[in-house]
Amino acid sequence: MRTLALLCAAAVLFPGCKKSDDAGKPAAEGSAKPGVAAPPASVEIAISCGAVGPDFDTCKAGTELWEKATGNKVKVVTSPTSSSEKLAVAQQLLAAGASDIDVFSVDVVWPGILGSFFLDLKQYSKGAESQHFPSIVANNVLDGKLVAMPWYVDAGLLYYRKDLLDKYKEAVPTTWAQLTATAKKIQDAERKAGNKDMQGFVFQGKAYEGLTCNALEWVASYGGGTIVEPDGKISIDNPKAVAAIELAGSWPGTISPIGVLNFEEEEARSTFQTGNAVFMRNWPYAWATAQEPTSPVKDKVGVAALPKGDADDAHPAATLGGFGLSVSKFSKHPAEAADLVLYLTSAAEQKRRAVTAGYHPTIPSLYSDQDILKTNPFFASLTDVFKSAVPRPATVTAEKYNQVSSAFWNAVHAVLAKQKPAKDAITELAAGLERIKGPKW
Amino acid sequence: MRDTSWLAASRTRSAWLFLAPMLVILLLVAGWPLLRTIWLGFTDANTLRIDQAKWVGFENFLTRRDGHWYGALADPLWWRSVKNTLWFTVWTVAIETVLGFGIALVLNREFPGRALVRAAILIPWAIPTVVSARIWGWLLNDQYGFINHVLSGLGIIDHQIAWTADPRLLMTSVILVDVWKTTPFMALLILAALQMLPKECYEAALLDGIHPVKVFWRVTLPLVRPAVMVAVIFRAIDALRVFDVIYVLTGANEQSMTMSIYARQQLFEFNQAGYGSAVSTLLFFIIALTTIVLLIATRVRLGED
Repeated sequence: MRTLALLCAAAVLFPGCKKSDDAGKPAAEGSAKPGVAAPPASVEIAISCGAVGPDFDTCKAGTELWEKATGNKVKVVTSPTSSSEKLAVAQQLLAAGASDIDVFSVDVVWPGILGSFFLDLKQYSKGAESQHFPSIVANNVLDGKLVAMPWYVDAGLLYYRKDLLDKYKEAVPTTWAQLTATAKKIQDAERKAGNKDMQGFVFQGKAYEGLTCNALEWVASYGGGTIVEPDGKISIDNPKAVAAIELAGSWPGTISPIGVLNFEEEEARSTFQTGNAVFMRNWPYAWATAQEPTSPVKDKVGVAALPKGDADDAHPAATLGGFGLSVSKFSKHPAEAADLVLYLTSAAEQKRRAVTAGYHPTIPSLYSDQDILKTNPFFASLTDVFKSAVPRPATVTAEKYNQVSSAFWNAVHAVLAKQKPAKDAITELAAGLERIKGPKW
Repeated sequence: MRDTSWLAASRTRSAWLFLAPMLVILLLVAGWPLLRTIWLGFTDANTLRIDQAKWVGFENFLTRRDGHWYGALADPLWWRSVKNTLWFTVWTVAIETVLGFGIALVLNREFPGRALVRAAILIPWAIPTVVSARIWGWLLNDQYGFINHVLSGLGIIDHQIAWTADPRLLMTSVILVDVWKTTPFMALLILAALQMLPKECYEAALLDGIHPVKVFWRVTLPLVRPAVMVAVIFRAIDALRVFDVIYVLTGANEQSMTMSIYARQQLFEFNQAGYGSAVSTLLFFIIALTTIVLLIATRVRLGED
């Protein structure tokens, strides 16, 4: 799956692999849904919707329902697993004015970078955006244009092994120091008992956007700010942030494998889901896959808010993530593409995605839906996590966000890899951010 | 006389005529992009809005603002990338040359099944780098990788080794994967040179009863040196541009960032078409300079013979 994603990413970059133009094909079976602008002939819409965990299959199932309803065809294009790579591919396609992909899935931090290449969805939505969380809609509005419809929302969660915590009579940790101690205790005891590959804590430690999400949670939960504050001030160089990164720097080689320095979401999940980790930081998608019938940790997993710093005024922080769907302004079939976007972001489809794969809806009313709560019992108890999720400093840094994020993840990576002490890395980072900022963001 | 010179001139004309399409295409596909990249390096172009580029002089290379140096030449990460690239180049080319020479000497002997072995040795070279790097990424994975599985099965290691994540091992792993992949190329080029050697020298050495080791140092090596140097220069140029094998194995990680990875990140992740082009121009000149230095160095040494 990963190779496939990679190959397809490569294929997207090279013009030899263009999608065939099926516009001339006769209409497929199935009649157009009433109320949907029915085109005279069936068209093919290409959508790029993600490759982490169940992303591809869940998205494909949704597009198949739309195909049946409208008689159009959808080509689901695989994308890289790393969101940094996804952005790079999207930027290259859009900067070249390519019409190969009609619908892009867009990370919450991208509207500022890519927004100018997307159509204003307000002309198609008939006000549908008002059903969604206003904060997420606001995030997707650029210069008054609705450049993406909210699709699902993400926030960092702590996954733990209920059975192991019970066995060693430990509570779910609420501070990072507790997590460090509990992870160490259980990991060492399990290894002594012959479970040689047991790890205490796995997370996303590779030098990519995922590490920015993880490290922002550490820093913000210590009260160390959000790297760059909404007013544009670079705030990362403070003792609380240094303390947070310092503690994290002690994990690789103790409670985390050294290999965590090259882990994306799926590497962390494969370690946890094969039963080889006590704790894992991951997005909500990891819940549904852990509960699959073949999962070795089925019914042994609990989900909680991430831990916080030690200070009294510290509070847990979860990085706000999630994706929206956008229509490329180079699309040859904008009306159909927008219709697909509206279908995939509708309440019915978001409910289906929540029930089958645990994607968090962007429509508040779905959080009290009984079917959703039955398969995702933690939705209700973690509503606060989502409400108070910490956004990455993408709005204030706009087009420079990617550089800011890259400088941040590289600094943290150097600490995790024991190349630099936290204090030095953070001081250098602050200077580097000033350099990126220049006269103004 | 007059007729033949007329004929010669006409031939020259038709030669140019036949060459013209190729020259035009070369100019279009190689000359134009190169010049455009160099020009973009002196602008503030953004990848998303390349048509709005403004001339900024040497700002992308080096500039001083408010008492601080800015630009690629003042970026510690750029110099780290240069260092990483040189480290990678020196080690891979050195190991590949020695191993390739050894393999070529073996393959130059007559033995049953030689054709088969010659074909088989090319397999690593024939697999696309992205694919083989991905396979190596799995083999070297610390949690489920085959290499750790075998090593711990044999009792050689007692804990999982993070080959592509541990900063102390990362460059070594990358170098070994590149050696695995590219040694066949070296071996093949050197083998071709070995097969061109005149048999008389060896027959004379055999008659005189010279020790084979001495024959290697005194006959084989001097005779194939020009061909080996060409192979080394080819490999060095290739290694200085290294991107795929390192990017697939470790991503845009500072510890293994090379000049190409740095340039690609600026161009396509940060949308800094101007700055990225400036860096690409630097990369171009570094490669050109290295090639010239290598050419001169080998000519000097050849002259001493």
